[in-house]
Amino acid sequence: MTYTHLLHLALPEVILVITSVIVLGVDLLILRNSATKTRFTAASLLATLGCAAAIFHLVYAPQRANLLNGVFLSDPLINTVQIILLVLSIFTLLLSTDSTFTDHVGEFVTLILFATIGMMFLVATEDLLVLFLSLELLSLSLYILTAFDKRNPRFAEAALKYFLFGAMSAAFLLFGFSLFYGFANATSFAQIATAIHAAPLNPLIVIAIVTTLVGFGFKVAAVPFHFWAPDVYQAAPAPAAAFIASSSKVASFFIFFEFMTIALNDASGGAAWRHFATGWTPALALIAAASMILGNLLAIRQTSVRRLLAYSAIAHAGYMLLAIVAHTPQSLSALLYYVTTYALTTIGAFAIVGAVEQQTGSDHLSSFNGLSRRAPLLSACLFVFMLSLAGIPPLAGFFGKFFLFVAVISTPGLVWLAILAIAGSAVSLYYYLQILKRAFVTNPDDDAPLKTPPFTQLVIVLLAASVILFGCAPNLLIR
Amino acid sequence: MLAWTIYISFLAALLLLLLPKNNAAAARLLALLAAIAGFAIALTAFIHHRTGELFTVTRIPWIPSLGIEYHLAADGISLCLVLLTGIVAIAGILFSWNIEHRTKEFFAFYLLLIGSVYGVFLSYDLFLLFVFYEIVIIPKYFLIAIWGSTRKEYGAMKLALYSFVGSAMVLIGLIAAYVASGIHTMSLTELAQAHFSPHFQLIAFPLVFIGFAILAGLWPFHTWAPTGHVAAPTAASMLLAGVVMKLGAYGCLRVAMTLFPLGLSPWGFHILGLGSWRDVFAVLAIIGIVYGASVALVQKDFKFVIGYSSVSHMGFILLGLMTLNQIGLSGAIIQMFSHGILAGLLFATVGRMVYDRTHTRDLSALGPMNLNKAIPFAAITFVIAGMASMGLPGFSGFVAELMILIGAWRAFPILALCIGLGILIGIIYVWRAMQKAFFADSGHTEVVAHREANGHHIPSTEALPPITLPERLGAILLIATSITIGLYPQILLKLIVPALNSPLFDGIRRGSWQ
Repeated sequence: MTYTHLLHLALPEVILVITSVIVLGVDLLILRNSATKTRFTAASLLATLGCAAAIFHLVYAPQRANLLNGVFLSDPLINTVQIILLVLSIFTLLLSTDSTFTDHVGEFVTLILFATIGMMFLVATEDLLVLFLSLELLSLSLYILTAFDKRNPRFAEAALKYFLFGAMSAAFLLFGFSLFYGFANATSFAQIATAIHAAPLNPLIVIAIVTTLVGFGFKVAAVPFHFWAPDVYQAAPAPAAAFIASSSKVASFFIFFEFMTIALNDASGGAAWRHFATGWTPALALIAAASMILGNLLAIRQTSVRRLLAYSAIAHAGYMLLAIVAHTPQSLSALLYYVTTYALTTIGAFAIVGAVEQQTGSDHLSSFNGLSRRAPLLSACLFVFMLSLAGIPPLAGFFGKFFLFVAVISTPGLVWLAILAIAGSAVSLYYYLQILKRAFVTNPDDDAPLKTPPFTQLVIVLLAASVILFGCAPNLLIR
Repeated sequence: MLAWTIYISFLAALLLLLLPKNNAAAARLLALLAAIAGFAIALTAFIHHRTGELFTVTRIPWIPSLGIEYHLAADGISLCLVLLTGIVAIAGILFSWNIEHRTKEFFAFYLLLIGSVYGVFLSYDLFLLFVFYEIVIIPKYFLIAIWGSTRKEYGAMKLALYSFVGSAMVLIGLIAAYVASGIHTMSLTELAQAHFSPHFQLIAFPLVFIGFAILAGLWPFHTWAPTGHVAAPTAASMLLAGVVMKLGAYGCLRVAMTLFPLGLSPWGFHILGLGSWRDVFAVLAIIGIVYGASVALVQKDFKFVIGYSSVSHMGFILLGLMTLNQIGLSGAIIQMFSHGILAGLLFATVGRMVYDRTHTRDLSALGPMNLNKAIPFAAITFVIAGMASMGLPGFSGFVAELMILIGAWRAFPILALCIGLGILIGIIYVWRAMQKAFFADSGHTEVVAHREANGHHIPSTEALPPITLPERLGAILLIATSITIGLYPQILLKLIVPALNSPLFDGIRRGSWQ
């Protein structure tokens, strides 16, 4: 294997690195003195081109490879996940074309690209070391993205909180990984699996599993590692919040599933009702149950739409964890469908929240009063996003839940989790309807039409259309 | 062709949203045309398929990886209910002719609701059925929350949450059935032959049955119904009581009882004299009948009287289902049809003809207004609808309740006595409401004088606007339908009986536990 070969395999990532350098260069050297809006438009469009080129490469020159025992992989499934990640990044970039919240445009867009590179490597590895490195690349970029809006000191506080929690969870993860390494004398998933097969529940392994769960639980914002989510969702600039809530979830869930099922398959135990067996599934089942219950109940009380979305994200993380608890091939495809459609919906929801904020200056529920008369198109899209999150057919969110529940119920003994999840989603309708009630039922405080740039509107409509499309024709995504 | 009932409604809803603003007349007309088109298609199918046997409308794979199909079909029962939907849809639009506030959105939500109701009645893939069943929730919420009255946001949310909880239970049951059958299909006809284990059926049946019965107003899960009906605008209450509650009853029969017939078999032990889910639900249905009627008897709000009467009448349907004999089941389906028409008519009279003119629904306030003189058409309509609702011979309600009574007499002789009580109270509350609202002129003069002395404003009866043409047309349509069915129930029975004899209901008919 030569370096050219390696570069060729990692060409999509390389394209993104080159793009980020170009974006920085263009923004800092050529557009230094232009208006912020122009700079944002130019930088986002350049970055979009880069992502599009990477997608093009993934679609037209797909490869199969497994370098150095899983350090770098490439196969159709991974390529699909990478394409999904790139598409989500493109949506995030397109939605930031009209932003004005910072002067550091080049840096902002570059960080989004870096995070994307981190995620691309993250999903393409079966090795602890690369996993940790790419997770850190992703996380560090996200911390900075959260802190980007420096107009309000509270935002810096949220970013700091995110960073401290994140650093701690990374430490936990690294500790767990080092135990795995000490135990298996290797960093690849496959070799760890062999070592665990020989001695499934060695006390060392139990500790390693617990600390790993803490680390991943933080990434996906599951109870009780969720404390950062509401603050970050509230403080981050809208495109960054959308990014954190969407693509980083896709990547984290995918690698979480892969790690648990490949490396720890023999330590899975059982989460069947009244037949719990020691292993990571009962622990994860409890985390999932707690996330579904707490996320849904706390979301009811929120008056800030961003915080509401954050708690609902915790609940959704609970649903998605069920797929990992079930850990069947069927549940992997259900998980991917769920997390992808959820990500599309969340980006759309955050885009609308951003648009409303720009006009009214707040994300309080009351800023949505009478939105249907101030911005009919946006509220129609909000209608689609909220109902999809609540799981109303024929929108993508419903099919995601349906596939997930089928996968969970097909696994013997897990009906209790599915019942909990379905009950949770019945509760969730209440708070999603609260937002829609503001938009459609309550009279507007101010009749002036909401001014949203046409391009942003177009992107939001595209997102809503994709939510409907994947709902009506789910087999476009399910393979 | 029948599938176009769904598509036309959805397309028209979409078109309505694209109409230019402030074009209420065009919106009304478009909605009416769509409803008439749906009705015409339903009627054509109703006339063409006189055998009542199952025929497929569309069947294409939808999500092949899970064996889910886009399967629309109809048998006699579906046809009757589709026709009912068509009639009530037209009447509802006629009675909403005076909606001026956000007209096009109103009719868009309305047609979305209608389209999904058609969809539920025509789906023979359980997944598809569930999809349509859930879509119904959303327009219901907004119709009530935006255009409703009295505590509308509370009523709307309560209704949405009750429906959603019900459908969550149904969803659990359906997925469990899908997984347990192991035959990788959601087709109703195939799952009905799947022979689930008796143990599984005993658990799944009550889950799915209650899930659907919540929407059918089964006591004690009925509390959403009166508040929802009262809060809803006229057309929405008509649809809610007229067809949406029927969705629940239809789901009980079509899904719960068809898939899990053994769920009705005896448990093998008795608690409080109840030995099976069948006994439990029959008793709950009868409690609903008597309770609904008794509560209707003491209401002060005219619309609450009708709201609780719906609970009572829906009890008849659920009881008819639990008789498990042909006459009781046919009676239940005719009662679905009949109550759909009559509840529509009653809500139209109270909500549109009376409330929109007098702006009060307080029975004691309506009395002094001499409504039988001021709006005689409303009084006549209410008298006719009331008589039909009491179950007077010649109207559809009579046929339906008689058949259910006979069926119940065969199945539960002692309980059937309680139904007699329910019917009796039914006569009294209609009589009371009628007398108080329309014919209370003499006895209340003192009250009037007293109120005037206290400075209460009594609306002068001359000021009430006359009954408009759309209202007359709507009322005549509903009354004519009720009388037709009452005089010639064979129209429906010819379709219903063969459907009940189809292989789909083998499980219920076999009834080895009887």
